[in-house]
Amino acid sequence: MNASGRHRVLLKRMLLTCAASFVFCFSLIPIYTIYCEITGINGKTGTLSPVAAGATTIDYSRTVKVEFDAAVKSGLDWEFRPKVASVDVHPGDVIEVMFEAINREPELIVGQAVPSVAPNRASLYFSKTECFCFTEQPLEAGESKDMPVRFVIDPAIPANVSTVTLSYVFYRNEHATQRLAQSAAAIDNRVL
Amino acid sequence: MMQKEDMGMRKAKGGLGVALMALSVSAWAVPERWQLNMTPGVTATSQDVFQLHMLILWICVAIGIVVFGAMFYAMIKFRKSKGAVPATWSHNTTAEIIWTVIPVLILLGMAWPATQTLVRMADTGDADMTVKITGYQWKWRYEYLGEDVKFMSSLSRAADEARQLGSGIDPNSVENYLLDVDRPLVVPTNTKIRFVITADDVIHAWWVPALGWKQDAIPGFINEAWTEIEEPGTYRGQCAELCGKDHGFMPIVVVAKPRAEFDAWLAEQKAANAPATDAVVQAPAPTKS
Amino acid sequence: MATYATTDHHEDHDHKPSGFFERWFMSTNHKDIGTLYLVFSLIMFFIGGAMALVIRAELFQPGLQLVEPDFFNSMTTVHALVMIFGAVMPAFVGLANWMIPMMVGAPDMALPRMNNWSFWIMPFAFALLLSTLFMEGGAPAGGWTLYPPLSIQGGNNVAFVIFAVHMMGISSIMGAINIIATILNMRAPGMDLLKMPVFVWTWLITAFLLIAVMPVLAGAVTMLLTDKFFGTSFFSAAGGGDPVMFQHIFWFFGHPEVYIMILPAFGIVSEIIPTFSRKPLFGYQAMVYATASIAFLSFIVWAHHMFTVGMPLGGQLFFMYATMLIAVPTGVKVFNWVATMWRGSMTFETPMLFAVGFVILFTIGGFSGLMLAIVPADFQYHDTYFVVAHFHYVLVTGAIFSIMAAVYYWLPKWTGRMYNETLGKWHFWLSTITVNILFFPQHFLGLAGMPRRIPDYNPAFADFNVISSVGGFAFGITQLLFAWIVIDCCLRKRGAKATSGVWESAKGLEWTLASPAPYHSFTTPPKIDDRMLAHGDVSH
Repeated sequence: MNASGRHRVLLKRMLLTCAASFVFCFSLIPIYTIYCEITGINGKTGTLSPVAAGATTIDYSRTVKVEFDAAVKSGLDWEFRPKVASVDVHPGDVIEVMFEAINREPELIVGQAVPSVAPNRASLYFSKTECFCFTEQPLEAGESKDMPVRFVIDPAIPANVSTVTLSYVFYRNEHATQRLAQSAAAIDNRVL
Repeated sequence: MMQKEDMGMRKAKGGLGVALMALSVSAWAVPERWQLNMTPGVTATSQDVFQLHMLILWICVAIGIVVFGAMFYAMIKFRKSKGAVPATWSHNTTAEIIWTVIPVLILLGMAWPATQTLVRMADTGDADMTVKITGYQWKWRYEYLGEDVKFMSSLSRAADEARQLGSGIDPNSVENYLLDVDRPLVVPTNTKIRFVITADDVIHAWWVPALGWKQDAIPGFINEAWTEIEEPGTYRGQCAELCGKDHGFMPIVVVAKPRAEFDAWLAEQKAANAPATDAVVQAPAPTKS
Repeated sequence: MATYATTDHHEDHDHKPSGFFERWFMSTNHKDIGTLYLVFSLIMFFIGGAMALVIRAELFQPGLQLVEPDFFNSMTTVHALVMIFGAVMPAFVGLANWMIPMMVGAPDMALPRMNNWSFWIMPFAFALLLSTLFMEGGAPAGGWTLYPPLSIQGGNNVAFVIFAVHMMGISSIMGAINIIATILNMRAPGMDLLKMPVFVWTWLITAFLLIAVMPVLAGAVTMLLTDKFFGTSFFSAAGGGDPVMFQHIFWFFGHPEVYIMILPAFGIVSEIIPTFSRKPLFGYQAMVYATASIAFLSFIVWAHHMFTVGMPLGGQLFFMYATMLIAVPTGVKVFNWVATMWRGSMTFETPMLFAVGFVILFTIGGFSGLMLAIVPADFQYHDTYFVVAHFHYVLVTGAIFSIMAAVYYWLPKWTGRMYNETLGKWHFWLSTITVNILFFPQHFLGLAGMPRRIPDYNPAFADFNVISSVGGFAFGITQLLFAWIVIDCCLRKRGAKATSGVWESAKGLEWTLASPAPYHSFTTPPKIDDRMLAHGDVSH
């Protein structure tokens, strides 16, 4: 093969490598998500079907303190708080707690909560059977709403974890808020 | 030092322990002029970290003396102007094996204590209380979980006035310039305190050198850290992750008080009533132009 | 390796294109493009340096005297981008362009037209980047690492920076492909891979690193772009993304990038030390393998830039151990350089001075790097001036010192004239003294608790900041001397005529060509004589 032929082959290979590397970069997103689910490293919790949760045996010899924390992203005038500050739970026991959100804004807002658990090594063993997170929560102006969280702690949770903090942050879901406002406006127009 | 302590105390309104605290003031509460080295700090962790730092530093100095010593010897001895005749060899397997293996051994010697310290630092179990720290552009919010005590902590007014471009105020005239806040974080001594750390807007990092670590505050995620302060005192730090224009102006002040004094302080805060503090918390982050 | 069909239209005439425009804008000649790269790099070095002086001027004393914090942040951000992508990387590519065909016995680069492209993208990329300085809302101020959510709080400058980074990436990738093609396809008969000069080896490995990681950076900033302008939430917690994810991707690019900026420096120093020690390079093969292992390790240490983000213990331990391992091959390199000097017959012309300065000061940067690898200690060092001191030791007294050494070393070969040796020595000594006044006190500042990227500080930090600023201005002014020496040598041509060997004991193919080197390097492949290689005969 002559020189330019060899250059062309090499050029093609190198460009393919680049393309592969670019694709690899984007594939890191799902890879990282899956990796986090397996290892729980970013504090995102698992979900469990209620049946599976009921099936775990309860370890009465141990208690883990679960603290609840609720925050609202600044700029969103909502109140959001857990109804209890913390509970002592036996691993394996299914616990339900309530969070309360109140919309202090003068209009309908769709909020959405993002959960996080600390320490992150506990999140693998912290499973929710019911949660309001990641679902759209529309609240009218002044409306308040109680939202339940049901969770169970895996008895396999490491012995040196004695306190677990479950934290939620409420964000404004701009798209959903706009969508609802528009459909409400459309209904108003029809009525008029 | 007495005056610096007073600043913290005035905010804390504790009153009782002024004399006691002044006695046990740590030499490492604030950075010193011409300070050359890291502070040993006031917790077991920070002292471990300091010792680890000194260990690696001295190992590096020792290696440096050997390597640079050999190099300077060669540069002085084997000069053409001194009539040195170049050798022709270009490898020596024994020497190459030796200087691969010895560094590996030295590294193992460093990795061992580092691992031990790290494992201790990661153990947040058995804490007596939890404080939530939230970073905002450009201030900190502290919340004593389960106690319903929460407040914002921002740069002291005197420093804020002095730090404006062309303010005409000499920073040297402001006490604890850029290292003082309106409301410090008050914690008890000899108590394992667990921190959960997060941010509201962008990434910040909470760092008080005397405690021996820093931890990023990441919006939407909570991180954990812990401390157990041995000496009462006022410890100062700063945000350590670039977070926008006033990154340099969101200091951290931790006032450590003996348990009884802390309990009195906390009771006072609770008595001052949550609604008042709530108002502070709920207000949207005021931005300074 | 028989035919060379690369030099498109000037097969064996030595005449250069006639017009200025044709010669410099349409050039496909490896030497002209190398020159363009080096000149561009020098200009960027002064632009980035001017920004550094704004930073040092503001930090001269506590309080804000000169600039608003936002502009200060823009300065740190753009200074880093300009120095990394505009000064250091193009300088190495320029040296590669000039030297690699001459070192492997080729007439030119393998893909000359692409070579022209890869250079001429650069000025446009930097025009985009620097234009943000004059935009409403200012230049990017979120740090060169572009961490979201802060980086996308900016206005339209975000789009400008991201497109500029894309263009720089394309330029680097094309340059890297060209270098790989030249090295793999254009070596003279007998120039086996394990006979190549170390500079060529380090560049081959660097080029592969570039191809592997520049697209990753491009992908990361593309995600920032869509997060900012198209409503995706790769890195936004509110939408189910994770801001730490960006840091992982960025440093997956960023750590190999660090070695992209230092491996060619290792190559340069490995050429210069044997020449002025008059002794073959010690442990040639170990040097090559050490370079390859450093390159490999660079892919598995990225998270040591983010020990404080809240990684699990296992992750911290893994990245700590992997990072510490890098000390082993790096140590091998330093020991080999010392062993090359051992029982040599040394002289200390300017290139050698810079090479020796490199070895010592880069090693100091390596020591602080090792300290930073120790996770518990890093919890204290991270994001302080200790880190600033560390990476300036490896980048300024490392990468940039090696580039200066290379320029002094090969300038006579490029121009046919010797540079002014007295001024060169002045330049070295002034640079070395001032750069240490500039950066060494920053270690103390960091340890005492001064965070990086702050425009103002407590008066306790004032003393060392004054010293550092004085050193900074002195170092900056000293570099004007460098520019003068280069201009004096290239344009005024007052120096003595250079012989083809230039240095008494310089070995390697480039020294068999006349000085100045002919416009087309080896139009007929040279004969390879093992004894004429800088690392001696490696067959035994």
